[in-house]
Amino acid sequence: MLVSLNWLKEYVDIDGISPEELAEKVTKSGIEVDSVEYIAENSSNVVIGYIESCEKHPNADKLNLCQVNVGEETLQIICGAPNVRQGQKVAVAKPGAVLPGNFKIKKAKLRGVESFGMICSLQELGFDEKHIAKEYAEGIFVFPEDAPVGESVEPLLNSTDAVLEFDLTPNRADCLSMLGVAYEVGALLDKPVNLPSEKVNATTEKAADYISVKVDDEKLNPYYGAFVIKDVEIKASPLWMQNYLLAAGIRPINNVVDITNYVLLEYGQPLHAFDYDRLNSKEIVVRKATEGEKIITLDDVERTLTSENLVITNGKEPVALAGVMGGANSEVTSETTNILLEAAYFDSISIRKTVKATGLRSEASTRYEKGIDPNRVRQAGLRACHLLEKYAGGKVLEGVVEFDKLDRSEQTVAIDTKTINHRLGTTITSDEIAKILERLQFNYERNDEQFTVYAPTRRGDIAIFEDMLEEVARIYGYDNLPFTLPTGTTTVGGLTKKQQLRRSIKNYLEGVGLLETRTYSLTSETYVRKLVSPEIKELNPTPISLAMPMSEEHKYLRLSILPELLKTVSYNLARNQANLAYYEIGSIFVTDEQEVTKQPDEQLRVSGVLTGKWLENLWQQENKKVDFYVVKGIVEGLFNHLELPLRVKQVQIPDMHPGRTASLLLGDKLVGFIGQLHPALEKELDLKETYVFDINVEAILETHHHEPSYMQIPRYPSVTRDIAFILDDRVAAGDVKETIEEVGAPLVKSVQVFDVYKGDHLEEGKKSIAYSLLYQDPEKTLVDEEVENSYQAIIAAVSEKHGAYVRS
Amino acid sequence: MQEQLKAIQQEALSKVEEVNDLKELQAIKVAYLGKKGSLTQVLRGMGKLSPEERPVVGEIANQVREAITTAIEEKNTILENAALEKQLQAESIDVTLPGRPVKVGGPHLLTKVIEEIEDLFIGMGYEVREGPEVETDYYNFEALNLPKDHPARDMQDSFYITNELLLRTHTSPVQARTMKEYNGEKGFKMICPGKVYRRDTDDATHSHQFTQIEGLYVDKDVKMSDLKGVLNVFAKRMFGEDRKIRLRPSFFPFTEPSVEMDISCKVCDGHGCNVCKGTGWIEILGAGMVHPNVLEMGGYDPNVYSGFAFGMGPERIAMLKYGVNDIRQFYLNDSRFLKQFHQA
Ligand SMILES: [Zn+2]
Repeated sequence: MLVSLNWLKEYVDIDGISPEELAEKVTKSGIEVDSVEYIAENSSNVVIGYIESCEKHPNADKLNLCQVNVGEETLQIICGAPNVRQGQKVAVAKPGAVLPGNFKIKKAKLRGVESFGMICSLQELGFDEKHIAKEYAEGIFVFPEDAPVGESVEPLLNSTDAVLEFDLTPNRADCLSMLGVAYEVGALLDKPVNLPSEKVNATTEKAADYISVKVDDEKLNPYYGAFVIKDVEIKASPLWMQNYLLAAGIRPINNVVDITNYVLLEYGQPLHAFDYDRLNSKEIVVRKATEGEKIITLDDVERTLTSENLVITNGKEPVALAGVMGGANSEVTSETTNILLEAAYFDSISIRKTVKATGLRSEASTRYEKGIDPNRVRQAGLRACHLLEKYAGGKVLEGVVEFDKLDRSEQTVAIDTKTINHRLGTTITSDEIAKILERLQFNYERNDEQFTVYAPTRRGDIAIFEDMLEEVARIYGYDNLPFTLPTGTTTVGGLTKKQQLRRSIKNYLEGVGLLETRTYSLTSETYVRKLVSPEIKELNPTPISLAMPMSEEHKYLRLSILPELLKTVSYNLARNQANLAYYEIGSIFVTDEQEVTKQPDEQLRVSGVLTGKWLENLWQQENKKVDFYVVKGIVEGLFNHLELPLRVKQVQIPDMHPGRTASLLLGDKLVGFIGQLHPALEKELDLKETYVFDINVEAILETHHHEPSYMQIPRYPSVTRDIAFILDDRVAAGDVKETIEEVGAPLVKSVQVFDVYKGDHLEEGKKSIAYSLLYQDPEKTLVDEEVENSYQAIIAAVSEKHGAYVRS
Repeated sequence: MQEQLKAIQQEALSKVEEVNDLKELQAIKVAYLGKKGSLTQVLRGMGKLSPEERPVVGEIANQVREAITTAIEEKNTILENAALEKQLQAESIDVTLPGRPVKVGGPHLLTKVIEEIEDLFIGMGYEVREGPEVETDYYNFEALNLPKDHPARDMQDSFYITNELLLRTHTSPVQARTMKEYNGEKGFKMICPGKVYRRDTDDATHSHQFTQIEGLYVDKDVKMSDLKGVLNVFAKRMFGEDRKIRLRPSFFPFTEPSVEMDISCKVCDGHGCNVCKGTGWIEILGAGMVHPNVLEMGGYDPNVYSGFAFGMGPERIAMLKYGVNDIRQFYLNDSRFLKQFHQA
């Protein structure tokens, strides 16, 4: 809502307070003022002049030589505007005038002829385009004939006005009207509100002889008032009205349309003027449109309607889309002489549906959607009649023809001083509360500390105690509330086990050198099925798509963090950031329903991606590229950090390197995977050799014990034995290790690979793996024989199970 | 014999004096004091001396041995020190060469901000709650006093999946769920950080995905001045002890009264500058007293219980605190951005 302060002054006294101060006050008490804008920059010594004569410049085709009467003298002024004519009243910057941009006007010689000043366009006076009526967009501005010659142009041009832009929250629809703003400002400044005149000199002719009103659905249209005004003269509206409309962001059209718009802004009540004669009927019928019914609206667009739309008809066909836009067939034109003026109350939900269906949103529909004041509907009609009489020469016929089932009663809200202070933490007195209610101009009855407040209908947002609590508090001033701290129930704050685990994982990963990322949860159809972890894939999940995505790129809820994470890697590589170690922890969205009806399972996962150099130590020639074992080391470290026994198995996953990918297991439960991306995918995404990991955090949470129990530190010495096997190349070192652990238990405490060898001295297709075994007995010192027996048993088992033999 | 001893002493001492090598010194030691050394040889002739002479010569011999031994030991120390000195000099390195690099990772700036806020409120007795990102229409809207036809639903255009399921537009549903869980039986304090989604085109100030942290305190006798007090503590801890706060009335369907909290601008200290658009204040968060309808739907009797709620955007806080000027930076994950917020 754009609020012209000069206009506001018509209703409430704001003298002595600057626009900026007022903006600050309004903002602090609940309506954010987004901007304070002045109509024009300052200029001085610009007056209204009368062009007594206007002739061609003797030496220049496009210039005119004017004699301009500026009151006490007549000035010769050369003017280049195409629209300058003899007999016009214009804005004259006299010599010595200063125009915006510190442009000083002096007498000058133009092509040999002297010029004493300048005839100004509004742009030259510092008006913004949006505050200039269309006809004066090019050329000089022309005043009405009654403009006083010699006087300053400022009052007539409203050029010193300031406009405040109110950013209204949905509850404050009351301030979609100048009167509503006046009540608000009046309450803040403790000033009364002057209401505008609604006085009409009605004729003896009766409106009821010209029109009847019938409404089908009193819920959707509880009030319809029709006023008939005869013999109007369509012309420009008064300059002051045009100025106010321009300040409020509405272009002036003609007096009739301008008056309906003016009252719309003044009362917040939409009005519509029909050309009575073009209605071709003596009745107004308000009904729901029939399916497929058509209307051509004022913007010359044919609209096909449904039974959800309310229409105004002449008994036969629609003449307006109720509350949204008039029909072209009954539009007021320059030929119009008789008017039917509509002031109606339409149900907000019905209007909202029509707006949504047609995409038409107007000043009128906005107000209906947010709710209007039932007590201002008829009054606004009367106000418009008053103005039509005054500025369009119309004769207002006696009586309002109306359908009226409108509830105009006020909400009553009971409040009391004690509860108010209890809820606010204040010590406001009952008298102060009474004073606040008076400033708000709310009627009330008071019984000591008890108040019954009658909330005016203009404030449709006030219905319950809390609404009044807010009114009292904001007028009292939030700055005046004390600072206190809660004194109620003692609560223990903290993180859940899951949140602690998440932080622990994050700390570990960051500690070993990974940067946390945050990517989008929404991904594209192409990527949503990629790199889904095997245990998720087993569930055969349906990717969940948005009903109305904004783009193909962000259409599906992710089934893996990796695709979007890989996009960030591409992004960085394209910016010469080649060495990356990223991780992200977040949810994926899994459902097994074909058509989603229930909330999906949101599984917390941690995923990482690494590429480029892992370690770069240039001068010591120690450079390490990221490889499978770097990533595996990080993942193993994570599980060690969480004291969980990780198992790793070779696996094949689409889009992953077939020979460099492993599944991660806790016991027999799949919990994720690690590996290198398939080179084809790397190529597709413009990546270099890239490794990833993806782990189900929920599974960790299930297995993870937060409280480790103490294990006795061994008191007896341990014994180390090394052993090297020759094996087929395809045998996995991890499988052999598992066999050793199985057979060696309980004496073998740890098994470490310390050498892997392929090549010379070994048969083709064979490899040698050396393990270091640590024996220990917690109860006693080991006996050689025990160790030897175990050692032999291990050799036998590994030989049998894995076709190995011991390397001598 | 005495002369012989004196001569040995003199000779030995001068050799020790001259020697510059530990091995040679060792050789000298052997040559004079060893089993076949010259001093030992001489002393073997002691047996030929008379009983009167013997103690006198013995005394002198001891003195000679003592003198030589001392001289050798002293020399030994000197030479050892010199050798060590030489070794250390040889071992000296250029300490200005770079050390072996250790990878340093770090949290995302948003996580850093969120955890800081979490920890601050945990300290004030708040539990940290989370909820689903795919929410039901009921919890996202209806339970928060936003029935189906409520005009305020226009304020947050949402990503619907079905008519009943959508990506949550705020973390407030977690508040509704928490109230349901406590079932109107006792007071509680909670905050709920998380991801939220709205149908906004991504630009410098909008992101279709962003984060929120909301807080809720429900109890008997919760006052609006308590809200002001808690927000004041938060603002000072988060933005500096010298920040002032102010509350302005605002509108949210789930609170009444509703407020917006501004803090005094740090750049101009409240005098007005570009950052605060000349007002001296910067909007930080929205808050209010929990609407009685919301309490009721959460199972709390609004005649017995009251509460306050607040909600803020970590992106906005990070932008203000760290001067990030484009919200998309948080989701581009440019490594040059991420690396700037290493320190814990
Ligand atoms: Zn500032």
